[in-house]
Order: sequence, then structure tokens, then C-alpha cells
Amino acid sequence: MRLRSRAILVNAALLAAAAISLGPLVWMVSVSFMAPGEASNTPAPLLPRAATLENYRQLFAQTGMGRSFANSLFLATAATLLALVFNVSAGYAFAKLRFAGRERIFRLLLGALIIPGQVAMIPLFLLLKQMGLVNTYLGVLLPSVASIFGIFLVRQYALSIPDELLEAGRIDGAGELRLFWSIVLPSLSPILVTLAIFTFLGSWNDFLWPLIVLTDDDRHTLPVALASLTREHVQDSELMMAGGVITVLPVLVLFLVLQRYYIQGLLAGSIKG
Amino acid sequence: MKTSHAGWVFVTPALFMIAVFFLLPVLAALGLSLTDFDIYALARLDNLRFVGGGNYLRLLQTPLFWKALGNTLFFVLVGVPLSIAVSLMAALLLHSAVARGKAIFRTALFAPVVTTLVAVAVIWNYLLHTRYGLINDLLGRIGIPPINWLGDPRWAMPAIILFAVWKNFGFNMVIFLAALQSIPEELYEAARIEGATALQQLRFVTLPSLAPTLVLVSILTMAGYFQLFAEPYVMTQGGPLQSTTSVLYFMYEEGFKWWNLGSASAVAFLLFLLMFAVTLVQSFALRRWSEP
Repeated sequence: MRLRSRAILVNAALLAAAAISLGPLVWMVSVSFMAPGEASNTPAPLLPRAATLENYRQLFAQTGMGRSFANSLFLATAATLLALVFNVSAGYAFAKLRFAGRERIFRLLLGALIIPGQVAMIPLFLLLKQMGLVNTYLGVLLPSVASIFGIFLVRQYALSIPDELLEAGRIDGAGELRLFWSIVLPSLSPILVTLAIFTFLGSWNDFLWPLIVLTDDDRHTLPVALASLTREHVQDSELMMAGGVITVLPVLVLFLVLQRYYIQGLLAGSIKG
Repeated sequence: MKTSHAGWVFVTPALFMIAVFFLLPVLAALGLSLTDFDIYALARLDNLRFVGGGNYLRLLQTPLFWKALGNTLFFVLVGVPLSIAVSLMAALLLHSAVARGKAIFRTALFAPVVTTLVAVAVIWNYLLHTRYGLINDLLGRIGIPPINWLGDPRWAMPAIILFAVWKNFGFNMVIFLAALQSIPEELYEAARIEGATALQQLRFVTLPSLAPTLVLVSILTMAGYFQLFAEPYVMTQGGPLQSTTSVLYFMYEEGFKWWNLGSASAVAFLLFLLMFAVTLVQSFALRRWSEP
């Protein structure tokens, strides 16, 4: 009987915690379907009186959020593809190919992990300005294509590729590129998914760097556009919640579909060895 | 292609990008922080002057810098322990043998972590609204008068901490969960044979086994919490009365609003030094706890 009451207590606590963590998100979806002004009643209504798509229509027709959505989608996709090319080849080489200075360079990279990205931001801005890349998509992308964390993640996984497999390939006369393409990449596929989802989410959710680099409204990403929307339309909570939904929904769905890979990467990344 | 050549071919593109777009700028930041780079230097480099430690000295005499530093430390010192406590409690609940639907609950509790910060900050702006907000509505039902969460200098930072804990606890929860699952069951059995209660098992088996993870998690969380920016940018614009101006928010305004890029670089460097010192202390603790 004591076990029973403990089970009830634990599950009730979990239910309450889940309500607190999901509640604001569910409420956002609900308010996004409300008529203008409806959410500003006391007590705050939980469900729309008559659900309407008006906020979404207005969002795409008048605020340019459709354009921002396309920008975010493009930037996150491009960042992901580039990150895969740069980090996977480097991570594999650090794990499996011998070259002079490998260990020393890798230790240097790991040491640099503790430097917060913001330290580089101001010179980076000046550098991009010199290169004429301020207010361009390339300016947003370039600093993020190679990441120390990404290289580290791939390296940890690539260490488990058996050397015999690579040697067998070499004896059969395969070149290093061929080896990479037909043996290494297939055996790395789970970590490729992990790296891809990390990069995509990171790029989609990034705020400070796009805010600094992109000055034109029509190049803004969703978070930057949403932040300026909140400053201009302080009263239209229903409209802003619709903006929140289209910003959050894609990454939430992506996470739900690929969460196994995401959690795996989180654990590999946190246990730095 | 020999393998040693291949190694260089494979690492060079990534190393080049990291060197040009990260390591070089970090070094340049140090140099820049010793100059008076401002909007005039942005127009003509001739206007640039070397000022040595001038930026640092002036910052140390700027009340708003100290205010931002104090706010950031408050955020770290209150937010990090709270965040870790909530994460650990959630992980213990999920790990409990009697918990049902673990996979679903884990996903639900983790969901806020992957959401876009700006978007959920907008939601919380409304949840925290003095008159329409659900939070004051709920507090009202148990007889607590409405709190002006984001408009009262005393409450703005606690409100942002509340929001940050909600947003982030799932991240540490997953790490704790993995650590809990790796504690050998025999330890608990031995404790039970000696007649330890559930609370004593937590105190003498679970927490000591988690010690290295605790330190690791606190290093990661602290690094994140030192970088407070988007929350005050979206929710309070650093106010009211600069009560939520963080170091990074101060750097952003100094650099990209007033275009004092030399001074802003000095701010970035001071933040880095502070984070570095704290991380050093924590890694020392981690090493002491990890070694048997």
C-alpha cells in the first residue's frame, strides 16, 4: 500500500511538472487562434471563443514574417550542410588519420572551447565589414560552418571505426577520398544526424549574431523579426503568439522526430573526456 | 595520397575557418580593447588611437558596468543553483521505479530546451503581465496581490530567472538521468540491507555518486548563465531602472548602439576573464571529486 501511494505521488508530480513545462507552449497555440484583443481579458481565457486563422493571415500578409521564415529555413539548412562538410572531415581525420601535430592541435582546440563566442563578435563584425559581408547571409553563415564542438562530437564517434576496416580498404587500392566516401561516411551516419540536428537547431534559434549582422528587415531571421515585432505591436498579443508558433513549431517537430539522436549528442557533448 | 597528407587535407578547411573566424577575432578583441575604436574609426581608420588600459580603467569607473556585472552575478548565483535543483528533482522523479510513461514525460519536460528563446520569452511576457497574466491570476486565487513582475526593479530579475529555469532545466535533467542510470544497483541493495531509508539512500548513495556530474553540470550551466542577453533584450530592454542590464546586454549597447567598439571589446574580455576564473575553480573541484 505504501508503494502504491508513492507511485501516485511520483506520477502526480511528473504530471504537474509536464503541465508547467508544456503549459506556456500550449497556451501560445491557443492564443494564436483568438480574435484580436481576446487574450487581454481578466481572467485570461484559456481557449479561443471562436478559433480564427486571422492572426496567421495577417502575420504573413502584413508583417513580412513569411519572408523571415524563408530566411531562417535557408540559413539553417545551409549552415547544416556546410557544418557537415567541414566538421565531419576534420573530426574523422583527428580520430583516424595520422599527421604531424595532430594531438597538439586537437588539445589546443579543446582548450579554446572555454572561450565564449561573444569575445570574437566585435572583431568578427569589423572583419566582415572589411570583406563587404555585413548584411549578407554569408556573413551570418561563415563564422558557424566549422565548430570545435562539432569536430569533437564526430571525433569521439569516429574513434570506434575499426582500423582494420580502413586498412582493408587501403590494401584493396581505395584512395583516401574513396575510403572516406564509401566506408567512413556510412559508419558515421548516426552522428551525422546528431550533428545536423544540433546545427539546424542552433542556427534556427540563434539571436545575437543575426541581430548584429543583418540590418535590413527583409533579411531578418525569425527570432530577430519576432523581437522587432514585439517592440512595434506591443498590444497585439494574439498576433505575436502566432509569430511564436511559426518560430517554435518547426524546431519542436524536428526534435520530436529525431530526439534519440539529439539526446545522444547532448550526452556525448557533456561528458568531455 | 599518403595518409599523412590526407590528414591535412581533411582538417585544413575546418581549421582555416576556425582560425580566421574565431581564434583570430579573439586575439583581435584583446588588441581592439586597448584602442578607442569608435564610430569615427569605423569611417576612417586614421582616427584610431591606442589607449592602453584606458577602456578598462574607464569601465571600472562606470556605474552601469558595475550594475550590469551585479545583475549578471545575481542571475548566475541564484539561477544556477535553482536550475540545477529543479533539474535534479525532475531527474529523480523520472528515474523513480514507480514512474509511468517515462519516455513521454522526459520528452515533455525537455521540450522547452529546444524552443526558440525569443519566441518563448514573448509568451512569458504575457504570462508575467501584471493585469492579464496567468501567473498573477493564479497567485490572486490564493490571495496574493498582483506583482508587477517585469515593471518593478525588485522583481524583474527574479522573473527572468524563473523563465530561464523553465527554459533550461530539461538540459541538465537529461544529463542527470544518464548519470543516475549508471549508478550500480548493488550500492542501493547494500544500503537497504543496512536499513537505510529512501532519504538516507539519496544522501549517502545517490548524491555522492552524482558529485562529478554535479560539478560538470554546474560548469556548463554557469557558462550559459553568464551569457544572459536575449531575455532582457526581448522582455525588459534592460530595465526597469537598468535592473536587468546584463554584462552582455551592456556590451551590445556599448558596441552596436553607441558604436564604442574598443570599449565593448574590453567588456567582452572582462566577462571572459570572470568566466575563466570561475571555470578554473570548478574544474579544480571536478578533478578532486573525480579522483578516488
